[in-house]
Amino acid sequence: MKKKPWFLSIAAVLGFTFLYAPIVSLIVFSFNESKLVTVWSGFSTKWYGKLLEDPQILGAAWISLKIAFVSASLALVFGTLAALVLTRFGRFFGKNLLGGMVTAPLVMPEVITGLSLLLLFVAMESAFGWPAGRGLLTIIIAHTTFCMAYVAIVVQSRLVDMDESLEEAALDLGAKPARVFFDVTLPVIAPALISGWLLSFTLSLDDLVIASFVSGPGASTLPMVIFSKVRLGVSPDINALATIIIVIVALGVAIASTQMKPARDS
Amino acid sequence: MGVDRIETKQTIATGAKPWVDQAEAPFIRISNLTKNFGDFIAVDNVSLDIYRQELFCLLGGSGCGKSTLLRMLAGFETPSSGRIEIDGQDMASIPAYERPTNMMFQSYALFPHMSVEKNVAYGLVRDGVAKAEIAERVAEMLTLVQLDGFAKRKPGQLSGGQRQRVALARSLIKRPKLLLLDEPLGALDKKLREETQFELVNIQESLGVTFIVVTHDQEEAMTLSSRIGVMDRGEIVQVGEPHAIYEYPQSRFVADFIGSVNIFEGRVTEDAENFVRLHSQEGGCDIHVAHGVSCTENQKMWLAVRPEKFSLSKEQPAGKYNFVTGTVDEIAYLGNLSVYRILLASGKNVRATRSNRDRHDAEAAPGWGDTVYLAWDDTAGVVLTQ
Repeated sequence: MKKKPWFLSIAAVLGFTFLYAPIVSLIVFSFNESKLVTVWSGFSTKWYGKLLEDPQILGAAWISLKIAFVSASLALVFGTLAALVLTRFGRFFGKNLLGGMVTAPLVMPEVITGLSLLLLFVAMESAFGWPAGRGLLTIIIAHTTFCMAYVAIVVQSRLVDMDESLEEAALDLGAKPARVFFDVTLPVIAPALISGWLLSFTLSLDDLVIASFVSGPGASTLPMVIFSKVRLGVSPDINALATIIIVIVALGVAIASTQMKPARDS
Repeated sequence: MGVDRIETKQTIATGAKPWVDQAEAPFIRISNLTKNFGDFIAVDNVSLDIYRQELFCLLGGSGCGKSTLLRMLAGFETPSSGRIEIDGQDMASIPAYERPTNMMFQSYALFPHMSVEKNVAYGLVRDGVAKAEIAERVAEMLTLVQLDGFAKRKPGQLSGGQRQRVALARSLIKRPKLLLLDEPLGALDKKLREETQFELVNIQESLGVTFIVVTHDQEEAMTLSSRIGVMDRGEIVQVGEPHAIYEYPQSRFVADFIGSVNIFEGRVTEDAENFVRLHSQEGGCDIHVAHGVSCTENQKMWLAVRPEKFSLSKEQPAGKYNFVTGTVDEIAYLGNLSVYRILLASGKNVRATRSNRDRHDAEAAPGWGDTVYLAWDDTAGVVLTQ
């Protein structure tokens, strides 16, 4: 082993501190006994107990998970279709426009996306009565819209890298085009589909701004609840909730990276 | 590969020649086939007949349209105009997945998520062949390409040569009437390529499948094929057996593309029934060709002479015709022969080879800066009018 330069080690330590010190302090304070968030008075798990008794938080978490699951799945389907159209259908009228529009939500300020969707939903409701009111459904539609852009980008880059003669080979060996897609294209782009879905799930779970615009009564997502609670002063049970989320996400990332490895090897 | 197998190739290659037999119907008939991509004409009015059990090579530089032609046969590209018939059947309305052809891709295109066995079996599974038969035929095919014991591996765990053989097995398993091979040996290193060439020929003969091979490597085309079609800018410029292509090229392009050649430009000075005489400014010589050529006096023509057809000496040859003189500019000693580059008075460089037949003739061999004469027989050159 070569000796590592000292300044690289220092840079690494500083970098990790910068990234993880806040998270570590959050986890530590979630076990704080005191009601004051910043004053340590002893170890306790009472905030976790309190959290489990709080129907508002639990309800919001359940709503957020439902929204994230459904909109990530829908975004996966639509985003993959968009990516297929953009990479596999040759040149067609309006291709550049479609390509630009698919990726536009990536760069659009969330406030504008949220506001425009709200206006659209209101206009649609008064025009033909659907979607009736705002709530779960409108949040799912809104999240699907912007998550689709991420899925399209991820899947598109995988499709571009994929050797097209793989599909031709399957066709040549007697598989009809639909069969080729399920036998060859789908397995080859599977890693991109998984990461696209995970990315969408995370983005949806994380979103506050767009959800605030298009949400209605009875459909408060977890970020919305946390944000409104924090405005009244940070209470330690939020720390406990954040710790639980961090643990779940860390587990998810660990599982995903071990599952993705064999796919990447082939 | 054993020597005995190589000899079988010889007997077939020199044996039946369906293309000279008037009664034989062509197996693949390509007529007036054209393909353009926008303004670019990739394949330009190609007509070509290929016979059963041939190993036909399409040879040409990159962008000459040979791959496009192959892809039209496979059904991956739709012709802009013209007709393809395979075994008497028009291919126009038949999609790629129903054609009696299979293709071996340059990149091999092995399915990365399937084992070797599954890759090879894929064509049969799609055809709905019974499981037991699939297993039997896959095992048989893997034996043929010498890959027994690799059935459970993934393509990522194989070497380049093994992958090439999996691709070959996969494309042969459906017993296609016609196998299309796109640069089949392109990704292999030189030594492996030479071994595999003979394997490919053996497999082709043992199965009796018609092969069309696309390659840019003239040596590969010469070794493999029963006939070669040379392509240039979308057109087939010459079709013939390897030795005919080499010894009787019909144009300067073919002469220059296949092997190495010296071309002297000249004008006709005498046009008789059974000989032609040219004067070449470039070569600073008069040329006598011992057969008639349909031409007119003062017409511009070219004489192509292969480097090995020259006799190289320090003495001026007798007679007035068919030699040029210059100084030795460069010598490359290759062991079995030496390649000389001779600089003529006109500034033209001429390549000549001299076989090193005598171990002790270092004294007699011309050296750098020597004035030498390059002479050739009156039948050794090829007269080209285009």
